[in-house]
Amino acid sequence: MKQMSRVVRTITSLTFGYIVIFGFYVIIYGHVTPGGGFQGGVVVASGFALLLVVYGHKKAEEYLNTNLLSFAESTGLIIFIVLAFLGLGFSFFYNFLTNSGGLFGHMPVSGVNPGDVYTGGLIPLMELAVGLEVLSAMGVIVLILSGGATRIKKKKENL
Amino acid sequence: MVVLNNFPFITVVILISLGIYTLIYKKNLLKIAIGIILMGNGVNLFLVTLGYRHNSIAPIYTNAPEGSRMVMPTAQALTLTNIVIGLATTALILSLAVTIYKHYGTLDTDEARRLRG
Amino acid sequence: MKKTIFGIALVFFVAFMILIAVQMRPFGQPTMSHMDDYFIQNTQAETGVNNVVTGILFDYRGFDTLGEATVLFTAVIGVTVLFREALK
Repeated sequence: MKQMSRVVRTITSLTFGYIVIFGFYVIIYGHVTPGGGFQGGVVVASGFALLLVVYGHKKAEEYLNTNLLSFAESTGLIIFIVLAFLGLGFSFFYNFLTNSGGLFGHMPVSGVNPGDVYTGGLIPLMELAVGLEVLSAMGVIVLILSGGATRIKKKKENL
Repeated sequence: MVVLNNFPFITVVILISLGIYTLIYKKNLLKIAIGIILMGNGVNLFLVTLGYRHNSIAPIYTNAPEGSRMVMPTAQALTLTNIVIGLATTALILSLAVTIYKHYGTLDTDEARRLRG
Repeated sequence: MKKTIFGIALVFFVAFMILIAVQMRPFGQPTMSHMDDYFIQNTQAETGVNNVVTGILFDYRGFDTLGEATVLFTAVIGVTVLFREALK
């Protein structure tokens, strides 16, 4: 894949940071406004796909490392499973941090209210783990598909 | 008319039948993949429209308008899971299409029929 | 020959589905809603979040989310295995 023109490359390098920040906002405010782990992870992965389309596969591999993304995906899934096992004294997936004084422990006002991000207990931590897993999984899928297709086309042209 | 009462369900039937038509009558592998994706999207639409109530708002308490009912939220949670499963199916079927092209040199299903090493 | 048989079966199938879709419960008036009424009433007290869908996905039905994360992981493993020799 070749690079795109200079206008497109300039606009991409200006907007890529905003896309990643908006994706992380959707992940971390998932229990107050619409959104959550899966939706925010897909938003960040669309930023990675934009980088891959504009710069071509060979130059995008210098920015996005496949081994680091694969390691982050495994880390996200392991953190999710460890958080599920933490409340095993009562039951599996027990939310022991909600409505208490610890981390993310405020109690929400009943009924309609402007949202408070510090509520929820174990739910925002689980959303961060799932968001990390989804963004690295989609980044790895897009990079490997594009890299494999480029090499197959080069082999057929050399034959 | 009787039909216009349940128009979202008629749309679901149209989407699923278009997906099955593509699976039967088309030969290119990428068109068959598009047919599978169409069927998945039709089922997602069916799940979301099963839990709708008239004059209701989204099931979120932040800055909601006062004194209104809410839509049934279980159907939307099941649809979120189904979308991710459809994504996994799409990724695997596209990788299989690239591998078939590498071995046989063509994407036509009538010519890629013999098993080759 | 085979395609005509499948075509006739498709026409019967579509007619059957349209017959069902026309006489279903009208759109906008769902049937039993006891479970969803319980979810809407008690999410803020028991879970502590404002978003009812997130409370269902991660607290009441967290086991389905664990299964879905595993499905996504398996898809990435499948894609990596298929492209192993093209990436060397």
